[in-house]
Amino acid sequence: MNAPAPSLDVTFPHPAVSQRALNHLQALEAESIFIFREAVAEFANPVMLYSIGKDSSVLVRLAQKAFFPGKIPFPLLHVDTSYKFPEMIEFRDNYAREIGAKLIVHKNQKALDAGANPFALGTQNCCGFLKTRALLDALEAGGFDAAFGGARRDEEKSRAKERIYSFRDKAGQWDPKNQRPELWNLYNSRLNKGESIRIFPLSNWTELDIWLYIYAEQIPLVPLYLAREREVIVRGQSIILKYDDTHMLPGEKTQRIPCRMRSLGCQPCSGAIRSEADTLPKIIEELIAFRRSERENRVIDHDEEGSMESKKREGYF
Amino acid sequence: MATATGTQASTKFQAFLDEHLERELLRFTTAGSVDDGKSTLIGRLLHDTKAVYEDQLASIKQSRVNRAAGPIDFSLLTDGLRAEREQGITIDVAYRYFSTSKRKFIIADTPGHEQYTRNMATGASTADLAIVLIDGSKGLLPQSRRHTYIASLLGIPHVVAAINKMDLVKYDEAAYKKISADFLELARRLGIKNAQIIPLSALEGDNVVASSTHMPWYKGPTLLEYLETVPLAQAAEERSRNRGSLRFPVQLVVRPDANFRGFSGQVASGVLRAGDEVLALPSGRRTRIDSIVTYDGELQEASVFQPVTVRLKDEIDLSRGEMLVSPDAPPAVSRNFSAKVVWLHADPLQPGRTYLAKHASRTVRVRATAIHYRVDMHTLEQLPAAQLEMNDIASVNFVANLPLMFDSYAVNRTMGSMILIDAVTHATVGAVMLERDLGTPSVELVVAPTTQVHPLILARSAKTARSIVQILHARNVPHVLLDDPYIPACSLACATRVAQLAGLAAVYSGEDPSKELMQQIEQFLPQARWIQLPDGPLDEAAFIQRLDQVLHWENSEGKE
Ligand SMILES: Nc1nc2c(ncn2[C@@H]2O[C@H](COP(=O)(O)OP(=O)(O)OP(=O)(O)O)[C@@H](O)[C@H]2O)c(=O)[nH]1
Ligand SMILES: [Mg+2]
Repeated sequence: MNAPAPSLDVTFPHPAVSQRALNHLQALEAESIFIFREAVAEFANPVMLYSIGKDSSVLVRLAQKAFFPGKIPFPLLHVDTSYKFPEMIEFRDNYAREIGAKLIVHKNQKALDAGANPFALGTQNCCGFLKTRALLDALEAGGFDAAFGGARRDEEKSRAKERIYSFRDKAGQWDPKNQRPELWNLYNSRLNKGESIRIFPLSNWTELDIWLYIYAEQIPLVPLYLAREREVIVRGQSIILKYDDTHMLPGEKTQRIPCRMRSLGCQPCSGAIRSEADTLPKIIEELIAFRRSERENRVIDHDEEGSMESKKREGYF
Repeated sequence: MATATGTQASTKFQAFLDEHLERELLRFTTAGSVDDGKSTLIGRLLHDTKAVYEDQLASIKQSRVNRAAGPIDFSLLTDGLRAEREQGITIDVAYRYFSTSKRKFIIADTPGHEQYTRNMATGASTADLAIVLIDGSKGLLPQSRRHTYIASLLGIPHVVAAINKMDLVKYDEAAYKKISADFLELARRLGIKNAQIIPLSALEGDNVVASSTHMPWYKGPTLLEYLETVPLAQAAEERSRNRGSLRFPVQLVVRPDANFRGFSGQVASGVLRAGDEVLALPSGRRTRIDSIVTYDGELQEASVFQPVTVRLKDEIDLSRGEMLVSPDAPPAVSRNFSAKVVWLHADPLQPGRTYLAKHASRTVRVRATAIHYRVDMHTLEQLPAAQLEMNDIASVNFVANLPLMFDSYAVNRTMGSMILIDAVTHATVGAVMLERDLGTPSVELVVAPTTQVHPLILARSAKTARSIVQILHARNVPHVLLDDPYIPACSLACATRVAQLAGLAAVYSGEDPSKELMQQIEQFLPQARWIQLPDGPLDEAAFIQRLDQVLHWENSEGKE
């Protein structure tokens, strides 16, 4: 079994990032900070979707910068499917405490009590209940009119189509055929009752930018992102981390291999990749050599053609 | 783990990081008529520069849809929505990111279909370069002209005409020359300085990344070579903006505790320096920058696009929507201005109608007071227009309820751009590029120097009308009493309109106007602007409250 490692002792050397003109990361940072400030000025009750992954970590740092010396002026909302890796939950609680942020954890308890899990429901339906429904309920319960998310346009083909301010109708749904025009950096925050907006400050960041920023800013991360030898089950193309409660199929054996997570989702549906990259520079070097996209190891995106779009229409982040 | 990672940042990695961070970024957009091959070209560009992940390529090879003559329909790399694949057109902008050893690129692949021109404008508004695709077998179409026009209005510094589908015209130089000449004439008329023309085939890959063997007569660069080497306008703009005068729109006032009061924003132009004198607008107060605060420490100065928080020497009143500027070169401060407009919505722009307008960090209410002309996309002629239809490009005068602090769009994109928002549906309906301060129109000086609100007040009796006139008088609201025997009830609409144009509130006490008449009046005076009093004695307090509501339009920001 993998004992969760202490979450916050991941520190990195401080690089000599040039401070002259606005370099590429500084330009991205400036755009994101601008978006945060606009949204906080114009929305009555915003919230940040916090998924504990690398993009969320960057999002939190940008929010700290945007409102410094004040604290982050909105709560962080984690939609907990209860199938997250234990390392993620521990990291979440420690980190929120350390930065003094208000953390809201929401579960679709009704669905969980009814036994919702990806094996019984299939990943599509499971995500529908435990993520999308739970998220919409949490947003409604909190009366939030705007929600920040860490989605990037380079992640997936339907995300490539999304505005920075992504309008949702009264049912929380996205209509990709009828998005508001979005010119320059003049974001339209006007809503009628019941409507809301998802805001994506990281829209123009790529996966590489995220890693470089994490490195440059020494942002703490869930240790699962770094390679080490872990106990796993190799099932077809997937590498599944073995925990006490991991389902094993008849005849399956565990083995120890060096591996890491490229993208963090739910434990049963996110696979690890073979990797020896145990430092950030190594991860970045590995990333540059990658020929396959980061979401490839997430089952949900591949159920059928256009499946991410369907999820997004319904309200998935 | 901490120590393991701590020392391994090799100098090789540091060199990579530095090089990566300093590599220039070019943002470009596609444009042109439907089916001219924009998405196919972007897909081809990504594919030939090895910017497509294997699993993504595999998934488009397996896709049910393939409209291309070859094995791979490259347009599927950006046409990611189901409706797009079903209909074989692009509906909304797709953003793609890739880099070569020379530059990083952000691509906006926009739709050509006329119905989605608004999405093309979205993609183009942040671009430094536009690739206008022209189908080599069809030549320049009205939508190619419209997109080129929008690109020039948006001030995109570089426009490339990619004459595509050369394979369909047997790579014929004469076909290329004909379209080149048409495009250069268009570019000349639009004042586009840096126009480049490249013949290519997106489908076959000729002149996209690799030079074409089919067109030996073409000696210029391939598209990628051009994208990698065109002098960057962005860098030039950044430099010139740094030299420009300070513009710092306040986004947010930060007050974490009683001792700290700072103003957060992003420098729009010029340099913000600790100790420098600044002018606060619109108040006109002067003060000095005390310090520049960021999460990463205090700065001595901040330049263009840097997000910072400033503290001022004096406790002056300053809030979101206001601005710090250089005292020696302030922007225009005016409620009346001219602008170019691209209308984005199916409901037409109507002069006299009120829209919300977002400019820098301020939202105000505006009305179009005159449409000088709209542009005919076939001939580029300037035609008169009573209103603007979707996709119209026009020259318009506006009046705002509060002064805007602005520079012309040509000088400063941030300070000269504005969007229009429908006050009821909240849809984004117009893109506005500000031009000139029109000062205070002379007619206003004569009749209505203080207010733009012209309510119609329907009093039920002559006595009530007289009390109302007194109230208006006491509150300095310019007004006129419509109790003249030569103004019969059936002329009320005309009379009210005249009063409105003169900047006067109208008080009427004749017989109750018919429903048809009120509908007529509502065309130029929305319901919120007239007050119908109940029968019986005047309830002064209630009336004054209602009047204030109507007048409030003038004195509030857009926020309800
Ligand atoms: N023969 C030939 N066909 C091409 C070429 N480029 C694109 N096409 C075809 O033209 C059709 C339209 O291509 P798209 O790339 O979807 O055109 P588009 O400009 O993106 O269209 P919208 O985005 O809907 O405006 C497809 O069937 C392509 O395969 C080319 O160079 N030669
Ligand atoms: Mg297209």
